[in-house]
Amino acid sequence: MADLTTSIGALGLRNPVMTASGTFGYGIEYQDFIRLEDLGGIIVKGTTLRPREGNDYPRMAETPSGMLNCVGLQNKGVDYFCSEIYPKIRDIGTHMIVNVSGSSPEDYAECAARIDALERIPAIELNISCPNVRDGGMAFGVTCEGAASVVRAVRKAYRKTLIVKLSPNVTDIVAIARAVEDEGADAVSLINTLMGTAIDIERRCRKLSIGTGGLSGPCVKPVALRMVWQVAHAVGIPVVGLGGISSATDAIEFLMAGASAVEIGTANFLDPAVSVKVVRGIDAWLDAHGCASVRDIIGVAE
Amino acid sequence: MKSIVDFRVKEVSPCGDRAVLLRLSAPGAMPECVPGQFVQVRVDGSRDTFLRRPISIHWADTAAGELWLLVQLVGEGTRRLGQLRAGDSLNLVMPLGNGFSGLDALRAAAAAAGVSEPKPLLVGGGVGVAPLYYYGAWLKARGVEPTFLLGARSKGLLLQLEAFEAVGRVFVTTEDGSLGERGFVTQHSVLQRERFTGIHVCGPAPMMKAVASYAGAEGIACEVSLENMMACGLGACLCCVEKTVRGNVCVCKEGPVFNINELTWN
Repeated sequence: MADLTTSIGALGLRNPVMTASGTFGYGIEYQDFIRLEDLGGIIVKGTTLRPREGNDYPRMAETPSGMLNCVGLQNKGVDYFCSEIYPKIRDIGTHMIVNVSGSSPEDYAECAARIDALERIPAIELNISCPNVRDGGMAFGVTCEGAASVVRAVRKAYRKTLIVKLSPNVTDIVAIARAVEDEGADAVSLINTLMGTAIDIERRCRKLSIGTGGLSGPCVKPVALRMVWQVAHAVGIPVVGLGGISSATDAIEFLMAGASAVEIGTANFLDPAVSVKVVRGIDAWLDAHGCASVRDIIGVAE
Repeated sequence: MKSIVDFRVKEVSPCGDRAVLLRLSAPGAMPECVPGQFVQVRVDGSRDTFLRRPISIHWADTAAGELWLLVQLVGEGTRRLGQLRAGDSLNLVMPLGNGFSGLDALRAAAAAAGVSEPKPLLVGGGVGVAPLYYYGAWLKARGVEPTFLLGARSKGLLLQLEAFEAVGRVFVTTEDGSLGERGFVTQHSVLQRERFTGIHVCGPAPMMKAVASYAGAEGIACEVSLENMMACGLGACLCCVEKTVRGNVCVCKEGPVFNINELTWN
């Protein structure tokens, strides 16, 4: 049994495996399949200041080794989260991290401030990279100034660990990562989904209700891994890696690329127990290779 | 409780022109389930069949560890399921979603209609008949006689007729008139002759909407089983939403069975 503990800034994790926002509900949806406390953390569904109905159906299209979604941040708003959901998840025995999204820096900051008051939420993941809403999300994440403006506002309102989730739909993700680091982000997570589309050739129209969606699944892994490697070698803050991870081998690749922790997303849909299998698989690999700690392999790939 | 179970394929038999009946057996204890619930089937996780396929439970005997799925061969995923052979393994996440109305709800609907005994009509179209067999058998075992009204485009697309006939009265429509009355289920003469206390529907959306409209006009309690495209089946991904009077809800978790009064179809 190797030492699996790692950290994202001041936040210590039992192990480097977390579940990605939008793929794991509030954790409760998966507790028939796994012991949630076996995870390093759970990043819950994107939360906004006000309730959002999300986009119309259809919101999903299967693609080769992946899927597109255009859910569009459907959620009942931060007040509902604080009063109705938080009491149900506060005693889950792992880090419950809230993904926060918004339409303006002020929205983000207000939402973050409400969550700052919740004792058992040790961190937020700031979503400046949702490709599926017009009035925000990715709009901030695709320019250095946009990203910086959100992080600047949130940093003033939020004292705990602040992770900023980056969009891959940019020319230079390293520049964005540096911009949010400069504004006081404690960590970055990457990548959010890649913008794409799919066409129904019989009906001769695009399959998703808003035309485009975010691509996820094993098909995005090489892109994600390349971006994690680039960012990890350019910033001083920890990097959380995600994008197509569905096995321990995938996770170890991200750790070796420089990620201090990883998130598992779409793979949860295929195997609701995959996250804990990845934890066990990392442990077994470390034992088999004589590594005493998972920290020994973080960033070793040159 | 939901589980991930590796079933063994006992038998794959052709059913109608383009469907198969999969008879599966559980290796050990099988999770409890009720009619109207569904399973998420792992096809093979290959490039083109990446996500699981949601398939309703056609019949189940939890004590015997036996589960039947009726699969229409429509795309790559279902085509691969049709190629399974006895002895193969099939990975299921189950049971998912909520079932059709239980006895209390049926009796309440009967009382509201002013009769003492429930007289449910189970309406199915195409492969949508699948969950109605399980529901009908479940009702019959509890002393409620189901009536089935089954429709399809043509005779070869009517599935499991003999099995349905062993459970209750069966009325049939086909669009080409190759079996039963010609036309749509909503045009069948039994609807003129008899009064039902509740209607339970599964089939293509236009058919379900037509039946829901009929039930609404007649003041008969009606529930429909939806099959929106989904990814997780657990209420996590929010892809399979249906608009309801409560806003967008997940068909996989809040459904797949909905009372028509909850939906915004009209």
